[in-house]
Amino acid sequence: MSYLCDGHSLRSWLLTTDHKRIAILYALAITAFFFVGGAAATMIRLELTTPAGDLVSDDAYNKLFTAHGVIMVWLFLIPSIPSVIGNFVLPLMIGARDLAFPRLNLLSWYLYMAGGLIVLAALALGGVDTGWTFYTPYSTMFSNSFVSLTLFGIFVTGLSSIATGINFIVTVHALRVPGLGWFRLPLFVWAHYATSIILVLATPVLAITLLLVAAERLFQIGVFDPAHGGDPLLFQHLFWFYSHPAVYIMVLPAMGVVSEIIPCFARKRIFGYRFMAYAILAIASVGFLVWGHHMFVSGQSPTANLLFSLLSFLVAVPSAIKVFNWTATLYKGSIRFDAPMLYALGFVGLFTIGGLTGLFLASIALDVHLTDTYFVVAHFHYIMVGGSVMAFFAGLHFWWPKVVGKHYPERLGRAAAVLVFFGFNLTFFPQYLLGVAGMPRRYHAYPPEFQVLNVLSSAGASILAVGYLLPLLYLGWSLRHGRPSGANPWGATGLEWQTASPPPTHNFEQPPEAPQDVYGYTPEIGARFGR
Amino acid sequence: MNASTDPGALDGSFRLLAQTASLGAQRTDRLFIAMLVICGLMALLLLGIVVGFAIRYREGSSADRSRPPSHANGLEAAWTIAPLIIFLVLFVWAADDSVQGALVPADALPVNVVAKQWMWKLEHPSGRQEINELHVPLGRPVVLVMASQDVIHSFFVPAFRAKQDVLPGRYTRLWFTASELGEYRMLCAEYCGAQHSAMIGRVVVMTPADYARWLADGPRGTTTAAQLGAALYERLACAGCHDPASSVHAPPLAGLYGRDVSLADGSHVVADENYLREAIVSPRRHLPAGYAAQMPSYAAQLSGDDLLALVAYLRSMPREELRR
Amino acid sequence: MSAVLPPASERSDAGTLGMWLFLAGELLFFGGLFAGYAIGRLHSPAGFAAAGVRTDLLLGTLNTAVLLTSSFVIAIAADAAAAHRARAAVLGFAGAALLGLVFVAVKAVEYRGEWHEGLFPGPGFSMRDAPQGAELFFMWYFSATALHALHLVIGMLMASGCALAQGLRAPAWLRALDAHAVALYWHFVDVVWIFLFPAIYLVAPRA
Repeated sequence: MSYLCDGHSLRSWLLTTDHKRIAILYALAITAFFFVGGAAATMIRLELTTPAGDLVSDDAYNKLFTAHGVIMVWLFLIPSIPSVIGNFVLPLMIGARDLAFPRLNLLSWYLYMAGGLIVLAALALGGVDTGWTFYTPYSTMFSNSFVSLTLFGIFVTGLSSIATGINFIVTVHALRVPGLGWFRLPLFVWAHYATSIILVLATPVLAITLLLVAAERLFQIGVFDPAHGGDPLLFQHLFWFYSHPAVYIMVLPAMGVVSEIIPCFARKRIFGYRFMAYAILAIASVGFLVWGHHMFVSGQSPTANLLFSLLSFLVAVPSAIKVFNWTATLYKGSIRFDAPMLYALGFVGLFTIGGLTGLFLASIALDVHLTDTYFVVAHFHYIMVGGSVMAFFAGLHFWWPKVVGKHYPERLGRAAAVLVFFGFNLTFFPQYLLGVAGMPRRYHAYPPEFQVLNVLSSAGASILAVGYLLPLLYLGWSLRHGRPSGANPWGATGLEWQTASPPPTHNFEQPPEAPQDVYGYTPEIGARFGR
Repeated sequence: MNASTDPGALDGSFRLLAQTASLGAQRTDRLFIAMLVICGLMALLLLGIVVGFAIRYREGSSADRSRPPSHANGLEAAWTIAPLIIFLVLFVWAADDSVQGALVPADALPVNVVAKQWMWKLEHPSGRQEINELHVPLGRPVVLVMASQDVIHSFFVPAFRAKQDVLPGRYTRLWFTASELGEYRMLCAEYCGAQHSAMIGRVVVMTPADYARWLADGPRGTTTAAQLGAALYERLACAGCHDPASSVHAPPLAGLYGRDVSLADGSHVVADENYLREAIVSPRRHLPAGYAAQMPSYAAQLSGDDLLALVAYLRSMPREELRR
Repeated sequence: MSAVLPPASERSDAGTLGMWLFLAGELLFFGGLFAGYAIGRLHSPAGFAAAGVRTDLLLGTLNTAVLLTSSFVIAIAADAAAAHRARAAVLGFAGAALLGLVFVAVKAVEYRGEWHEGLFPGPGFSMRDAPQGAELFFMWYFSATALHALHLVIGMLMASGCALAQGLRAPAWLRALDAHAVALYWHFVDVVWIFLFPAIYLVAPRA
């Protein structure tokens, strides 16, 4: 009996310990949060079509960009691939019946929901206007908005992240089917393993940082207050010590998804498997050492600046290696351009551009000009949206048949992917130019010379919005009317495709055997499955 | 809240690249162009290959697919080492630029800047003050000594490719040498609350002669920062302890600015603006070697502007004996 | 297919690994606090010294002894639980929890003394003539010890749970508590204190 049919009551969903159902609970929640965050973005881009601050008040604008950042980072991006796709697919990939701690998994979801609802409550009560970065002393001593409540909400979602990280790590160590050694694991598993290490080690630093900000607001314990000998820069160090690895929490799972999709749709083994695995570990570890590149003009010492700049250049190398290996995977392949592949190729292109612009920002002299401008906004949106969100959609489409047992309409899927790609570039490429021209970020109103590029960006955003709404519609449609997919519609390797679509509650009818070759693609496999 | 308050004077027309109006900007632009070319070529190459492979090896094409490779250690080494070398070259170039940028010339014209929500107050050494505007002479290094009265702000002049966060409780410095006459945007680049985007102004670069005239044209009877500082020094009776003839054993202040100071814990610091400021507001935090911890704090009696004035006084009279 | 749950030994291995991972995260949580403290001490050595000597060395040392003893006791308890010596386990876990209570009580007495001496940061802070940094020291002191005590209380609840779980009619969810993992957590809380103790009480020589 498929996991979807194993209980229809609300209770069977809200008290489930089945990782697949929990993945769906997460999927519904992050979709809702994505559209709330997207609504904030819509308002921002509407305001920015004219130089004057004429749509909303300055205070409201500041609350909008804060809401957009907080929601998109903590309530959407960080949980998206790991808690939705990872939760569903990871145990299947290693031949397990569930995660190591199924009840902890459910607790993770409840913690996430609690945190998310607290953040929404803060929004409803009037919002917070500190920016998602909560810099002191503005957040501790000057903001009159619902800072502590928001911080508490984020703190609670952080607990969810830590629990998920612990769950994934123990699962990969303890529940692999016999014979599945580390270097036979799909790169998706490697990516989630590394991400989980970051989740476990970095999130607690965010936790203590947020607690200290709240303590300063609520109890006047001013460790960041210069009047008491405290240091506002200490906040920045602590905050970025988490928030830089956090971007790898957001991008490593995306890379894992892409590493599953490109081989499948190129009908070819992933190129350089070991280097890809080592590159994942290198990104995760060196990523802990570069946080100071967010602080080049903060008043940090020139020596620290140089050190962080060097390390930031170094951390780009493993990412470059991965891009080259994905490219080489295409060589002598037999490439199909289904929607997952379009999204995955889009990831490669946009991540490359975003990553290269990171080099500009790693150069101190250039960063002095570009930091706190729209160049940075463009850079991180290229990685987070052009990268992670594209990969999320890639994975969503790739594993959709596995999750619901139905095909989505392929032509609409491809159309949406193309629309998103073009809309994205039109939205965010002009922002690089805005940054170079000197437009600072977080500006409610701006000097008139920046208008042309802002109008282009807002036009792109409207296309992007349509591109994101389309999947909501046709994926929903496919639940009812989609063609049944069968166990392995893509002719993919990997254990998750060896069981039914949708899988039974305990994943496998018989205990599966370790796959001999998880990337053993040849064009013949496709033919055998009659695609 | 409309940001375009200056019709005509400031160039509000659309341009792809900001104007280049300082020596530092020229250097930064060279690096920027190089980065653009190198990264642009890498991007075009890579994307070209991806698109090329996508077309050539699309399903059903007649391209040769015999013996598809799954790994190639030599290739991996090559495309690890080559980017590494390129990145290291870029790092060294950028690092060199930034090290140059960190060295403030000794003859730089100091301008005190106080940032507060949501305006900039600037004061020239002659005492002339401005709000949201900065007049500077062409071709002369100018160093801004900046402090915030409240939250973190950031002083940003895109045309100079210059930016520096302005902090409460500490001085930060930013220097530049303007190389083009004209008027340029001056913006706050660190989110600081409601009217962050209104905290903008302009930098006016004038010929040295015009600048001197502008200074002289200021309101009559303006005292310089140093003169204000001297008045404060007298009002607070600092000489009572710090005068060499005093019975109290206190560090002499003449010529202190810029000197190396040994502290009680054995370390050494250079007596810059931050050291002087801290010595006035938290004297026992970094006690100089050989002195007792007996100086009281003057934090309560001095505003941010007062502190800047006192510091200006202390640095402006290097070898002269300070008045009683 | 084999039973729904993996065998007990595998489960406890997983549980132990999970606890180690959680403790690694906790290390970074307290690490942030220690980092802030270290930077404060680096920048305001005189202020931290002046404040540090106002802490109660006697009570601090007493608490260190209490906590170290409790770690010893809980180690015995976990060992007894693994060997199914229920009585020894109950006494051990209960004893550790009790010692934890003693720690918290001593801390409360300490806080009360500090309150009366005006050492709480804020408008009532009494060390106005001290070098700058004294109040900052107490900000770190109260933040760190409060968070440590909170972790200890959670440990006490879990230890009490382990004690109760040895009983014949203990519910299943209580018996699912992994004694070894709880003891591990307790040791971690103890280790954090071992680093807090010199940072708080041994900052500077006392007259």
